[in-house]
Formats: sequence, structure tokens, C-alpha cells
Amino acid sequence: MNVLRLRAERRTVLLATALVGLASGLGLLGLCFGASWSSPGEVVAVLTGAERSVVISDWRLPRVLAGVVFGAALGVAGAIFQNLTRNPMGSPDVIGLDAGAYTGALFAITVLSGTSAQLATGSVLGGLLVSAAIYLLSLDRGFSGLRLVVIGIAVNAMVTAVNSWIVLRAELEVAIAAVGWSAGSLNGVGWADVRLPFSVIAVLLVLTAARAHAMHQTSFGDAIAVTTGVGLGRLRLLMVLIGVGCTATVTAVAGPIAFIALAAPQIGRRLAGAAGVPLLPAALTGAVLLQGADLLAQMLLAPAALPVGVVSTAIGGCYLIWLLTKEVGRA
Amino acid sequence: MTARLAARDITLRYGDRVVSTRLSLDVPDRAFTAIVGPNACGKSTLLRAFVRLLRPGAGRVELDGREVAGYPTKALARELGFLPQDPLAPDDIRVRQLVRRGRFPHQSLVAMWSPRDEAAVAAALAAAGVADLADRPVQELSGGQRQRVWMAMVLAQQTPYLLLDEPTSFLDITHQYQLLGLLARLRDAGHTVIAVLHDINQACRFADHLVAMKGGRVVAEGVPADVVDAALVTEVFDLPSVIVPDPVTGTPMVVPTLQGE
Repeated sequence: MNVLRLRAERRTVLLATALVGLASGLGLLGLCFGASWSSPGEVVAVLTGAERSVVISDWRLPRVLAGVVFGAALGVAGAIFQNLTRNPMGSPDVIGLDAGAYTGALFAITVLSGTSAQLATGSVLGGLLVSAAIYLLSLDRGFSGLRLVVIGIAVNAMVTAVNSWIVLRAELEVAIAAVGWSAGSLNGVGWADVRLPFSVIAVLLVLTAARAHAMHQTSFGDAIAVTTGVGLGRLRLLMVLIGVGCTATVTAVAGPIAFIALAAPQIGRRLAGAAGVPLLPAALTGAVLLQGADLLAQMLLAPAALPVGVVSTAIGGCYLIWLLTKEVGRA
Repeated sequence: MTARLAARDITLRYGDRVVSTRLSLDVPDRAFTAIVGPNACGKSTLLRAFVRLLRPGAGRVELDGREVAGYPTKALARELGFLPQDPLAPDDIRVRQLVRRGRFPHQSLVAMWSPRDEAAVAAALAAAGVADLADRPVQELSGGQRQRVWMAMVLAQQTPYLLLDEPTSFLDITHQYQLLGLLARLRDAGHTVIAVLHDINQACRFADHLVAMKGGRVVAEGVPADVVDAALVTEVFDLPSVIVPDPVTGTPMVVPTLQGE
């Protein structure tokens, strides 16, 4: 009786299955790839506990999981901010939240002792401060997504400059570590680095899923969202906190990985053929993109490993140029 | 006349700009109320205050004697359905998907989508006359079709109240009358309809209760035949006119006496 609904849902289910499959495939490849190649059979044996391999279970596995989980978190953060700003360019990496979180992390390293708790707290506070600043600066007689994006781009440039300044003033050892990390990198990520971030992201993603329906309802504009029963003020605040939380958590571990949050929601939307910017396709596309980009980063100049942010920026930069020309054409 | 929905001494403002001061209005139940007045007279603002998009600076908007600000958002959304003047459709959305979003206030985390929702959507599509468009992308539709689709979304919300901000403004004359006819049928089916209308003659023909506003005040209200005369039209619209009976319905018809030059 309801052919279209079934068709739309089937497409989403198919897409989700395909993306999960793709992410698993890329993950398996990531577990096989390294200085010495392991066969998929070996990897499966290690995963099921039949064999032991420190390289696979302690070196490669946390990195692969980080690629998938952080990718999903960035995809969701991007979808949240693109929904809030009603603009495909309104993603955390473009409007300076990554840079702000990185400032917080740099502060934790250079001024404090740089424990992982300080890094995480610093990132979250940095992200929150920047988002509050952008929001207040763009709040001229009501909320406008486009104004927020334009101001966010300017804030991003300023905060990036501040970050460079902090690195220049830091001691040499710290500065070298910070620069390697500034592009966004999963190199050397181990279990100790990811346990807390994974739990935080899991909580944030569950919260997001619970409010996804309401989030999608806001694509009709404020008036209809409110009069169909969305508590808009509280929803916006919660979503900003979740988006900043996801971005900052990833940044605290892996540095500011650009363009995943920008590109994943839009690619996911087109693949799903859905209206608005849906959250699930954004999460899954983000996981595939980041894990894929990290594999490329390891393979391109092997045995030297590039920071994944270099790859994602190179791919994402082309996408951003295309998006800008399209948006300018529409304005 | 009974009125569940009422404004009591409300003051409405955007920032420093005061639109209305101490305005009171009872909305008659199960009737078609039309609000008319010149541009910027505060009629849309009043409508937004009824659906809680604008909070009164003073006074209260009440539903069943209880201030609307005190209702949970979803509970109020099951009472008052609202269609803004220029609603926004997400890119690539299809008609049925859009109408289904009207069910939002009836759903929760534990009760996502039920056969009742499905039935409500089907009934709304049929009532608005867009069942045959259900699988079409909204972007491809004409202005008249699109307006009926939005009506279907508000109907899927299954609210006793339908508040509509200039629902006819982007429609050609045929679609204007079709939409007004639909609103009259919905009134007959038991809805309370409140619409801001541009055309006073359409308001006189279709509405049971006419509210004439100017400068943020209610100048006159009542059954159109009782309140509309040349003096009122001059006062509200600053337009000299004669009033004749509508040759079709006998309701008041405003014929401006202003001519060229």
C-alpha cells in the first residue's frame, strides 16, 4: 500500500548495509596492511582469538577502529551543523570548531602537562568557546545560517593563526609533536588513546539517535518545527553540545582532521536520495571516508605514513571548491 | 458562542517595535474566523502569538483557560496546527514524506510509526486532494498543488485548530477559491479555522466570524454581514467604497469607488 515509503526505506537499508560492508572491508584491509603484510586468514584468526599477534591486535586494530568510529563521529557532527545552519558548508571543520578544539589541546600541552584528560577537556572547552563566539557574533537580529558560516570561516582563519603562534612559541620538542599532529593523524594511535574517546562517542551517538527524528523535523524551518512539536531551543543546544563533543573528542586524540565532517553528510544524503541531511548515512559515510583516507595515507608513501588529514584535505579541498562554486551560483 | 482559544490583553513586540498593546480576542469554536486588515497591521503577528511562535510581552494566550506557554510542545502541537505564509520544503522531499512529517507530535521514541499514522496521512492526502501526487517531488509541483500539499501536512497533524497565514496569497484565483472551499468543508467537519486573508470579499463570503485589524488593534469583529459597512472599510483600509450584497451568496461585497487618475 505504501510503495514509496518501502522504496525509500529499502534504499536506506541497502545503503546502510553496503556502507557497513565497505567499512568492514576497508577495516580488514587496514588490519592486513603494514610493514609486513598479513593475510586476511591470519587477521580473522587473531580477531577470533585463535592466534595471537601484537601487531594486529594492539597496533593495527585500535587504529582501524579509530578510523571507523572517529569517521562516524565526524560525519554526525557535520550533519548536525549542516542541519542547524541549513547550509552544506556549515560543518565544524569549516567554521573553526576543529581549530578551536586544537587550540584547547595545544594549550593543554604547552601550558599544562598534557595528560589525556587535560587534552580532552581542553579540546571540548576550545570547541565550545569557538562555537559560542561564532554564535554571538552572528546573532544580529535573529539567527541566520549563512551569516554564521561566513563568520565561522573568518573565525577559523583567526584561530588557525593563533594555533601557529602557540606552536612557534612552544619548546622545540613540543612544537614538533604538535605540528605532526596538526594535520590530523591516526599514526601511532593505541588502545590507551581510544578507550575513553570511544565511550564518549558511543554515548553521544546514542543521544543523537534518540533525537534524530526531531532534528530531521527542523528541516522545515523554525515555524513548522515548533508548531509540530519540536522544542527548538533545547534541541539546538543539545545538538550543538553533541556536535562539539564529537569534534573535540576526535581532535583530542587525532588532531583536527578536516573535510570528513564537510563531505560525509552531503555524500550520504545523495547516496540515500533522502530529503534534508539525514544522520545515519552521514555517520556511515564518514566511517568509510576516514578509514579509506587513512589507508591511502599509509599506502601512498609507504613505508612513511602520511597524516590522514593531508589525504582528507586533498580530497576534501576539491570537494569544497566544487561546493563553493555551486553555492555562489545559487546565491 | 464558546471559545477555547483566546488572547487576553496581550502585548506583542519584535524587539523594540511594539505591534499590539492590550489586544483581546476570543476565537469561536468550530467556526471559520478570518482576520483582515492592511499590510503590517499585526494580523500575522497575532496568529504567531496564538501558536506560541511569539511570546506576549504582557497578557496571556489561553487554550481551555490554561496559558499556551505552559503546554508541553507536543501537546500543544496536537491542538494547534499552523501553516506559515512561506513554508520551507527540504530539497528532494516527496509529497508523502512531507505529509508524514505532520505526524511528528503523535509519535515518540517508543511509538514511532503506527497504522493510525498511516491512516491519518492517507486521509489528509485525500482531504487536500493530493492523493494522486503522493509520489511526486514537492519541488516539481505548481504553486497551487504545493499549497494543497502543505494543507495535507497540517491536516495529518489532526488538530482541532487550523491556523493559516495568508494561505491564498501565491495562488491564482481558481486555486484561491478551491482552497477557501476546502477550509469551509474542514470547518463543517468540526475544525476551528483561523485564517489571515488579504481579500475582504473572500473573507465575507467564507468566514463565519470576521476580525478587522488596523495598527495592531481589533477595529471590529463579528458576523461579516453585521460588521462590514462603508465606514469600516474606510476606517480599516482607508478606501472609499460602496457595499453591495454578493450576487451569489448575499454576503457583503466591497466595491471600491476609487477610479483611475
